[in-house]
Amino acid sequence: MIKTSATIAGVHFKNPIVMASGTFGFGREYGKLYDVSLLGGISGKGLTLHAKAGNPGVRVYETASGMLNSVGLENPGVEAFLAKELPYWETLDTARIVNLGGNTLPDYVLGAELIQRDADARLLTGKKAVDMIELNISCPNVKEGGIAFGVKTPAARDVVRAVRAATSLPLAVKLSPNAEDIAEMAEMCEAEGADAVSLINTISGMKIDVRRRRSVFNNLYAGLSGPAIKPVALRMVHQVARRVTIPVIGMGGITTATDIIEFIMAGATVIQVGTYNFMNLRAGSTLTEELQQFMAEENISSLDEIRGIV
Amino acid sequence: MATVISNERLGDGVYHLVVEGGNGGAMGQFYMLRAWGAYPLLSRPLSIHQVNDNGVDFLYHVVGEGTEILAGLNPGDSLELEGPFGTGFPKVEGKVALVGGGIGIAPLYYCAQELPDSDIYLGFSRESFRTDAFRPLAAELTVDVGGLILDSVDFAAYDHIFVCGPHPMLKAAQLKRIAVETSGKRPNVYLSLENRMACGIGACLVCSVSCKDGQRKACADGPVFLAEEVLFHD
Ligand SMILES: Cc1cc2nc3c(=O)[nH]c(=O)nc-3n(C[C@H](O)[C@H](O)[C@H](O)COP(=O)(O)OP(=O)(O)OC[C@H]3O[C@@H](n4cnc5c(N)ncnc54)[C@H](O)[C@@H]3O)c2cc1C
Ligand SMILES: Cc1cc2nc3c(=O)[nH]c(=O)nc-3n(C[C@H](O)[C@H](O)[C@H](O)COP(=O)(O)O)c2cc1C
Ligand code: FES
Repeated sequence: MIKTSATIAGVHFKNPIVMASGTFGFGREYGKLYDVSLLGGISGKGLTLHAKAGNPGVRVYETASGMLNSVGLENPGVEAFLAKELPYWETLDTARIVNLGGNTLPDYVLGAELIQRDADARLLTGKKAVDMIELNISCPNVKEGGIAFGVKTPAARDVVRAVRAATSLPLAVKLSPNAEDIAEMAEMCEAEGADAVSLINTISGMKIDVRRRRSVFNNLYAGLSGPAIKPVALRMVHQVARRVTIPVIGMGGITTATDIIEFIMAGATVIQVGTYNFMNLRAGSTLTEELQQFMAEENISSLDEIRGIV
Repeated sequence: MATVISNERLGDGVYHLVVEGGNGGAMGQFYMLRAWGAYPLLSRPLSIHQVNDNGVDFLYHVVGEGTEILAGLNPGDSLELEGPFGTGFPKVEGKVALVGGGIGIAPLYYCAQELPDSDIYLGFSRESFRTDAFRPLAAELTVDVGGLILDSVDFAAYDHIFVCGPHPMLKAAQLKRIAVETSGKRPNVYLSLENRMACGIGACLVCSVSCKDGQRKACADGPVFLAEEVLFHD
């Protein structure tokens, strides 16, 4: 029997494969293509306190081995999520992670409070609640908030501290590769009581349309994801895992079972899969199968055997 | 998995791809195609041109890396097809005009089969293609090369107008609808949008369309929208 499960702050992940925020919606669409309950977890589309329309203009551009996106956190807002999407999540047998973004510090706090209150009410009535909050201080595609909080440790500390005080739910903080010092950022999160750190978000990038002599994106810059960023992500996960004792949720360019193993060997407890969901709409089912197969071939009976061995 | 039955070059960079496989589909819906491994990263959306006995037909224009790979496919080659996706054209009654610009004629062939007796307008910038296939399906066929096909369409004469073509043509159709509305006629004008897509199923929001009632998804709520719903920003 091959063991792929892991636990983070009491939350059970049946396998290390979690779908990354912004690439999986709230799971409904993929749920029509395969049984998403076979996943370790789902991190929902990034939410803000109020609904957001996102960025105008072109929102996606392909690059060598990757893609740039400029979605700009289009989302229905926390309340609409709790009312319309959480009931669907209740029907799933997988870890439910809410990805929470914000424009201002009070937005983050009010969002976290709403989620906490909803969870309290659900637990009282015996219903399933959100399992974890993933605090997004690292979206490169929104002007205020997002990345502004994710680059400098003192600014990030304020948000993490305020949100930690607002919720008792397990809390992961999602870090940006654009942070000045990502390992220092992770240490700060641990010191402030975060239960995990997840990394990396997309890398700020650019594409210029040379004929029109302008950036293809209205926002000038966009977030790079996909296989192109995997080496950077892996290095950062390795660096961070050595500096903190809380679990690391690793992601960036994962498309194969061996990519997953690399992140686990670098020290990740579970991993997330983002852009690969677009390359293969059945990524979750493909990867769970491939991982079992690879572990059998390599005589790995549990991911604990190899976690952080590099 | 699907298999290429034929992949015929019709003219300057335009190909007719017939495949065995897929799951049928309705007018204006599309498939995400992939005939390569990891790269290009994203699959490519193509409209259903026709549903054949064992699969689907596509009509496509070679514009870049992905469609170039498609153009190199030979009978017997395999490709991945995900779909059908999207909300296409409605099955309507009344007097219908199908208006296509360039490769925008692709989804209209299936519409022509499903809505016989429609008037069909096909506009091309340099050379026409597939017009002979449309001819027997049309009540009346108008072909224009080099001009603006919308100029040939009397919006007041129809109950429903389906439009697919380049962005400026869609905007022009929206304006034309507004103009004819002031004269008391209210044709339902449906536009098929071609936004860039990543997932194709409604999960990533890169295809977002600004509409009067907020953001909609081109891949799931569309690609077909009522002209008056869409807000064109540029
Ligand atoms: C719903 C829908 C239906 C479509 N139906 C057809 C059809 O029936 N026949 C046809 O020839 N074309 C159709 N298109 C356009 C077609 O998808 C693009 O021409 C094609 O993706 C270009 O890919 P490429 O690799 O050759 O070009 P590249 O320029 O190399 O592509 C780079 C990226 O840009 C995207 N892209 C480029 N041009 C377009 C475009 N016009 N629309 C959307 N995305 C684009 C690609 O998907 C890719 O992600 C449709 C688009 C959509 C959204
Ligand atoms: C289209 C798109 C939208 C995204 N939206 C969010 C988001 O709302 N919140 C967030 O924390 N990360 C978001 N991300 C980042 C991903 O969750 C992930 O961190 C990143 O894409 C790296 O992983 P990948 O290379 O496997 O895609 C988004 C990424 C993409 C491609
Ligand atoms: S392409 Fe992903 S939501 Fe439309």
